[in-house]
Amino acid sequence: MSTETEPRPMIDRRKLEERRRFLRTIILGAVMLGVSTLGYIPVARAWRVRMRPPGALEEPDFLSSCIKCGQCVQVCPVQAIKLDDIDQGFGIGIPYIDSRNQACDFSCDAVQCILACPTGALVYKKPDYVPTRDEMRVANPPILIAKEKDPEPTLNLKERTGLARLARPDACLAVQGKGWNGPARGAEFEGIMRFVEVDRWKPIPLRDHPFDLELCDLCVRTCPIKGAISLEPMVDMNGIKRMTPTVHEPCLGCGVCEMVCPVESAAIVVDARKGWGV
Amino acid sequence: MANKYWESVRVMLGGEPRRQPPSDYSEEAKTIHFYKKSEKLDFKALKIEAREHQKKGVWLKRRWITLLAINLLFVVSYWLDIQILEGALTASRLLGFHMIDLNSALQVMLAHKHIIVNLLIGTGTVLVLWLLLGGRTFCSWVCPYHFLAENTERLHLYLVAKKWVADHAFLRSVRTVFWLLFALMAMVTGYTVFETISPTGILSRALIYGPGLALGWVLLLLLFEVFYSRRAWCRYVCPIGLTYGIVGVFSPLHVTYKLANCHHEAECRKVCEVPHVLDCVIKGRSPAAQIDIGADCTRCGMCIDVCPSGALTFEIKGLRKIM
Repeated sequence: MSTETEPRPMIDRRKLEERRRFLRTIILGAVMLGVSTLGYIPVARAWRVRMRPPGALEEPDFLSSCIKCGQCVQVCPVQAIKLDDIDQGFGIGIPYIDSRNQACDFSCDAVQCILACPTGALVYKKPDYVPTRDEMRVANPPILIAKEKDPEPTLNLKERTGLARLARPDACLAVQGKGWNGPARGAEFEGIMRFVEVDRWKPIPLRDHPFDLELCDLCVRTCPIKGAISLEPMVDMNGIKRMTPTVHEPCLGCGVCEMVCPVESAAIVVDARKGWGV
Repeated sequence: MANKYWESVRVMLGGEPRRQPPSDYSEEAKTIHFYKKSEKLDFKALKIEAREHQKKGVWLKRRWITLLAINLLFVVSYWLDIQILEGALTASRLLGFHMIDLNSALQVMLAHKHIIVNLLIGTGTVLVLWLLLGGRTFCSWVCPYHFLAENTERLHLYLVAKKWVADHAFLRSVRTVFWLLFALMAMVTGYTVFETISPTGILSRALIYGPGLALGWVLLLLLFEVFYSRRAWCRYVCPIGLTYGIVGVFSPLHVTYKLANCHHEAECRKVCEVPHVLDCVIKGRSPAAQIDIGADCTRCGMCIDVCPSGALTFEIKGLRKIM
């Protein structure tokens, strides 16, 4: 009688533990897969359209080919390249440029971030097997103003990474007919860039290079690429002639104009991954 | 011989170590087992004698110095701009030569589906390097997550000893499933999905380029290991370990076990991250007088450090014959 009411002998303790372990394992698998695929959300939503370093493949190919080592970060003389964090999901560890804070001014002369890339995520010329939009190709080899007098004045780049755009014409000092006196972004700004007239090779802080301009043309005078931007006379609605920064086809989207623009927030911005004429 | 390698791979992929049939035992091993059974040696006296001559933590010190030095070299190369070891653990240049982590390279190759020459060169260099040095040697001698995990493991063991937490095991074969899934996801989605959660990559970049939110994920993993499951990431999830493990199958550098010296105390199994490779140290299990420890071994040397009787040593295959 008593033997019936007693619990059954523990014949299945080992099996029970095995079953528990199996279930735990399934849960572990599900959680890890869930967490890793969460990374797709920021990418799919494109929360932040990032400006990629020069020579970057088109976005999907760039994300798949980048090995997240940061060698491009290490060679950049102006430290324009940063690596993304885990809030960018699959974009973690992938390089981007925040032009407003520190633009790529091509002061390396040779786009050495491309040279540093071990996986071909950054390339001088897009290989045939990756799709490249026509509007990203520049018509002629871009001429770097800093080495315009050199035997080889061009920059080894075939495509742009974006395009500058006068986003807020009303805020633009040139459009308003105003000048600019002092450092482009104030005394606190930490961005650096090269001024050939100061030092051919060494970039200096922007705050150490004040300007005194009757009419603000900072975006034009600091642009490193020949013929990418100019001030053009335009007649507005009221019939008044105004000078307007105008972006031309050679623009590579380097972002120097966005960095130096003295108004807050910048009147001229770079649209990442935007091509010419679209 | 081939059988030995298959067995080592099978156990690494998640199979339980098997007891060898008596016919597979060598005569020498049989003799040693026989004497161990029949002759009641004064093991206690032997143990005390051995313990007195034991050097403490020799390999641990060497390993930690190496691990910290490598990771620090990455950091100072960038900070001081001395360009000795540029990049991060996923891909770097050592004095200009490309070095590319095998698992990261695999993920990129599967996701991008195009392989450029530099990627191939870097991967090849690292493949040869770890083929010579023992595959998972990467884990314990280089990986920064391993360093954090083995230190927080002490806390876990302390809590377990106090009975404040219980250790929960998973099926080891799940690591093989993860490896396949991460490879498949890279191929299908075109994103290097695993890299998003890889604590190795996250820590290496955090050291070199500065900390970020991603360290929160690493912290979660460590907490999980402290409070729930001992060394869970390395044991059950990390595909990097398995990739290097496969490379290490034929490596000449490994830990070797000498049956005659063994007192079967199983101290080595207690400290081992992958105790299934030390199945042979159980009394009566070793089918040969000397056994090479399997591919899943990280060559961390902890077993060598704790073994009081010198039954476990590092060995380079072939060197024994030459010398």
